[in-house]
Amino acid sequence: MEFAELIKTPRVDNVVLHRPFYPAVEGTLCLTGHHLILSSRQDNTEELWLLHSNIDAIDKRFVGPLGTIIIKCKDFRIIQLDIPGMEECLNIASSIEALSTLDSITLMYPFFYRPMFEVIEDGWHSFLPEQEFELYSSATSEWRLSYVNKEFAVCPSYPPIVIVPKSIDDEALRKVATFRHGGRFPVLSYYHKKNGMVIMRSGQPLTGTNGRRCKEDEKLINATLRAGKRGYIIDTRSLNVAQQARAKGGGFEQEAHYPQWRRIHKSIERYHILQESLIKLVEACNDQTHNMDRWLSKLEASNWLTHIKEILTTACLAAQCIDREGASILIHGTEGTDSTLQVTSLAQIILEPRSRTIRGFEALIEREWLQAGHPFQQRCAQSAYCNSKQKWESPVFLLFLDCVWQILRQFPCSFEFNENFLIMLFEHAYASQFGTFLGNNESERCKLKLQQKTMSLWSWVNRPSELSKFTNPLFEANNLVIWPSVAPQSLQLWEGIFLRWNRSSKYLDEAYEEMVNIIEYNKELQAKVNILRRQLAELETEDEMQESP
Amino acid sequence: MEHIRTPKVENVRLVDRISSKKAALGTLYLTATHVIFVENAPDTRKETWILHSQISTIEKQATAATGCPLLIRCKNFQLLQLIIPQERDCHDVYISLIRLARPVKYEELYCFSFNPKLDKEEREQGWMLIDLSEEYKRMGLPNNFWQLSDVNRDYRVCDSYPTELYVPKSATAHIIVGSSKFRSRRRFPALSYYYRDNHASICRSSQPLSGFSARCLEDEQMLQAIRKANPGSDFIYVVDTRPKLNAMANRAAGKGYENEDNYSNIKFQFIGIENIHVMRNSLQKMLEVCELKSPSMSDFLWGLENSGWLRHIKAIMDAGIFIAKAVSEEGVSVLVHCSDGWDRTAQVCSVASLLLDPHYRTLKGFMVLIEKDWISFGHKFNHRYGNLDGDPKEISPVIDQFIECVWQLMEQFPCAFEFNERFLIHIQHHIYSCQFGNFLCNSQKERQELKIQERTYSLWAHLWKNRADYMNPLFRDDHSQTRGTLRLPTTPCNFLYKFWSGMYNRFEKGLQPRQSVTDYLMAVKEETQQLEEEREALEERLEKIQKVQLNHTKVKAKQSEPSKHSGFSTSDNSTANTPQDYSGNMKSFPSRSPSQGDEDSALILTQDNLKSSDPDLSANSDQESGVEDLSCRSPSGGECAPSEDSGKDRDSDEAVFLTA
Repeated sequence: MEFAELIKTPRVDNVVLHRPFYPAVEGTLCLTGHHLILSSRQDNTEELWLLHSNIDAIDKRFVGPLGTIIIKCKDFRIIQLDIPGMEECLNIASSIEALSTLDSITLMYPFFYRPMFEVIEDGWHSFLPEQEFELYSSATSEWRLSYVNKEFAVCPSYPPIVIVPKSIDDEALRKVATFRHGGRFPVLSYYHKKNGMVIMRSGQPLTGTNGRRCKEDEKLINATLRAGKRGYIIDTRSLNVAQQARAKGGGFEQEAHYPQWRRIHKSIERYHILQESLIKLVEACNDQTHNMDRWLSKLEASNWLTHIKEILTTACLAAQCIDREGASILIHGTEGTDSTLQVTSLAQIILEPRSRTIRGFEALIEREWLQAGHPFQQRCAQSAYCNSKQKWESPVFLLFLDCVWQILRQFPCSFEFNENFLIMLFEHAYASQFGTFLGNNESERCKLKLQQKTMSLWSWVNRPSELSKFTNPLFEANNLVIWPSVAPQSLQLWEGIFLRWNRSSKYLDEAYEEMVNIIEYNKELQAKVNILRRQLAELETEDEMQESP
Repeated sequence: MEHIRTPKVENVRLVDRISSKKAALGTLYLTATHVIFVENAPDTRKETWILHSQISTIEKQATAATGCPLLIRCKNFQLLQLIIPQERDCHDVYISLIRLARPVKYEELYCFSFNPKLDKEEREQGWMLIDLSEEYKRMGLPNNFWQLSDVNRDYRVCDSYPTELYVPKSATAHIIVGSSKFRSRRRFPALSYYYRDNHASICRSSQPLSGFSARCLEDEQMLQAIRKANPGSDFIYVVDTRPKLNAMANRAAGKGYENEDNYSNIKFQFIGIENIHVMRNSLQKMLEVCELKSPSMSDFLWGLENSGWLRHIKAIMDAGIFIAKAVSEEGVSVLVHCSDGWDRTAQVCSVASLLLDPHYRTLKGFMVLIEKDWISFGHKFNHRYGNLDGDPKEISPVIDQFIECVWQLMEQFPCAFEFNERFLIHIQHHIYSCQFGNFLCNSQKERQELKIQERTYSLWAHLWKNRADYMNPLFRDDHSQTRGTLRLPTTPCNFLYKFWSGMYNRFEKGLQPRQSVTDYLMAVKEETQQLEEEREALEERLEKIQKVQLNHTKVKAKQSEPSKHSGFSTSDNSTANTPQDYSGNMKSFPSRSPSQGDEDSALILTQDNLKSSDPDLSANSDQESGVEDLSCRSPSGGECAPSEDSGKDRDSDEAVFLTA
């Protein structure tokens, strides 16, 4: 096996593991190709299994012959291993370092993972674009499926199948693709059945400094408007940033060329600014000082909640255009793979009850993130502890999940899934045994043959035994549009993610359990009473029958 | 009323501060007890009631083209912005309210005119609901170490203390009186809480008049007596809750703190909670942040930090945690004081008691706790909460802070409290409302002189009567979280202390979560209870019928096997369980629908089971059971039944998103 040469020491005894809120565990440390395992070899203590790909950074220190490795994980957990013997410690450290930074995707664990569970439904086929389209085609005939990108030639980051206006042919789409960043021509993201308004998304138009235009582009997006209607273009960049983009060949839609559209600029941050924000936030959460003011000022300085507010506000604005103004919208930023997707997917959470169910939310992630070409591989390569500072690393998806959590907190009865579901998705986006979040787009995933060689996350999640952990006991289907508050007083730090390892959740878990018990008991009783009623009715009719003849 | 210059002004507009929706047009009324705004909109005629005693400040702003703006800030954190068309009317309202909001005599307060239509006997029983002598009995007193002292009979020793106090058995009247002469306002060390598991206790007093070198033999004997009352420990902690600098400054005025050298076997400790003036300013600053119109995240967090409010809350909690640990883990008794021993001392003793004893975390126990550490020990409610016109420098949110500490604990221990957030909010409301007599005056003595119990009603009886509204559905008295001492993490956890928007922004319902888990679970539990009763009844009937049938079958032998699926519905019984019209019943519970098409599982909810029971609060239509606010806003309904408020605030959210 090719990993053997990377593992300098496969096994060390008498290693002590320290984790917050748990007693220290002494045991044997084993390194395999994909896992770090610590086992005390006692029945009652849990073993630690850590994926190498979950390791974000490691520090080592020595006190005499005792070495200490501090492992910082992508899920923000920090654990400490005390390893007797300097040489062993150095060997372990360098092995972990090598194994957690493999460059080749095909060496990642999903390619080696063999599921121990029975696959009931293959998740790779759970959310086919054709099926998703059927949900719309029953309501409208104005849209069609296009296979223009079948070979990924028109747009490398788009899936082979996209939904476009029926009146626009593939030839026109090819032309529009040359006018949009990354070939990302406008496609349908969401159809609001209530009033037929739509959300489209795309890359920025390549107007450049001399104001290039593209008739087909104008025709395409106008084709989505009803007669006499106006639409909104929501640019997720500030006007300033959008103007600067022209110098690099990008730009925005000139009102003169798109007279039926009104452009709105919002400013959602991207790339390293978000990454730095995450780093600062996690550092603040790990800070162990006594001073209250320092915590609040660090929380403020991280700007994390500012980003949350900005993204949510833009999504609410988009939803408001659709539902209240009765206007269709086109959303884009620069590439249309990050802030654009945050906004389109959150707008759907607000507008579309289905996306608040487990299955609907999975479909949303499949459609608006995976198929839509959010570059997971690049964005989630590292997390808050790594110093690599690559431009493309950015917690865009985590911010989205955080925004969903904020809405969930404000509407605790309107979601079929609970907080754990969101946390699980965060974990798997950064390190997983499943192939779902590998690659940057469909094209790459096809080349990697993920469907054949790896297991889909949805295959595992959508089994009753797993689903029960992620189901919100408070859920009562709510068919309404839900309008979250974006005021600072209404937004909170997501403790389940950011304080998860820094505070004991014992009492909160107990409360959750109690809540489940209350509801379960109610349901049981309901069933019981129904049976009794039926029995009684039967007996009573029998009684009548016996008496009447 | 002679103070009302104009009882009614028409065409007044009430501005909605959060959203940019159009101001509501209506009529403003001034009555002897309330300011009332009634909207003109014929379908709603929504009413907003403000008690005069709730008014904190009234601000007349510069007249604009649209009229004369009047800003009314309330002590329960409601903020009312009115625009009155005529400057003259505005001035009249302003002058009237200034006077009405600052009564000079107790008799002017609402509780002397408030009549909940109870007869004399009910009122008297109400006052007997909370009985402190019962509470000391519950603690296990009197016993070998502690006895009831009559030294303060007729308030002879200390006029701000109650007449019935527990003191160490070895403390003679001579020692107590001697000690009292060495303490500010004669507030000598007395028992606040006795921890029967290990005999450790929490005692409270005011600061000693030690100056730079004075000492008092009796006071030293008094502390010695407290130590002896706890045979398990050879020392006591003396906790001075003030910052050291403040305590030292007091020495120049002949006051100060205990010198460890003079007292045998004490360990002295400063805690550093700021004084009432710092707290007043801190709250002021925090409320300014809450008032900001569409603040950025940074404005808000920076303002919150700058107010120092959460730092102060944490300081009080830390003091409580220290004492609870000393008592429960070390088994050491603690004497707590600040300057006069009626503000910080009350906060800290009650937080510590709450951590130590599950009883105080029950509905009734919490009333007892406030009765004991706040009301009986002479917390100056009248001065602190400005019930009567007085020195504004005496006003400070001391008990507000304690109530917030309780909320912070409830957030961390969701199953440990029998009551819910609404209970705390209503208590806070009534501390200022002066609707009930409990919180009047500055001491027990004053209350007795005013014959409060004969002339007013008790809040506790009122809350107890409506206890169904205040229950925490997650509380179970056999839960591990419920029992014993609440243990907070030892590592500094600043992030555990959060801004309480449910209190300070509670009138901005749009900022609160739109669905309440507590209300949902309460509805489920209520239904569960009804189901249990139904099950019992059904089982009984079944049994009877089966007995009868058994006799039948014996006679008739087996003629016809009843079909299991005879297709008869349960219609006979379902009359008791008809699904209700929930879309029209958003008021009581919005999100819980007759679940998923299964008609048997319809919820049995009474329309008013979640309605606020509080006459004053529910009159304030926005406040507790707000129609629109609990429901998820559906702007135009869609394929499902529109929520009741649809269309009503069509553009309420727009501005929020657009301006941000």
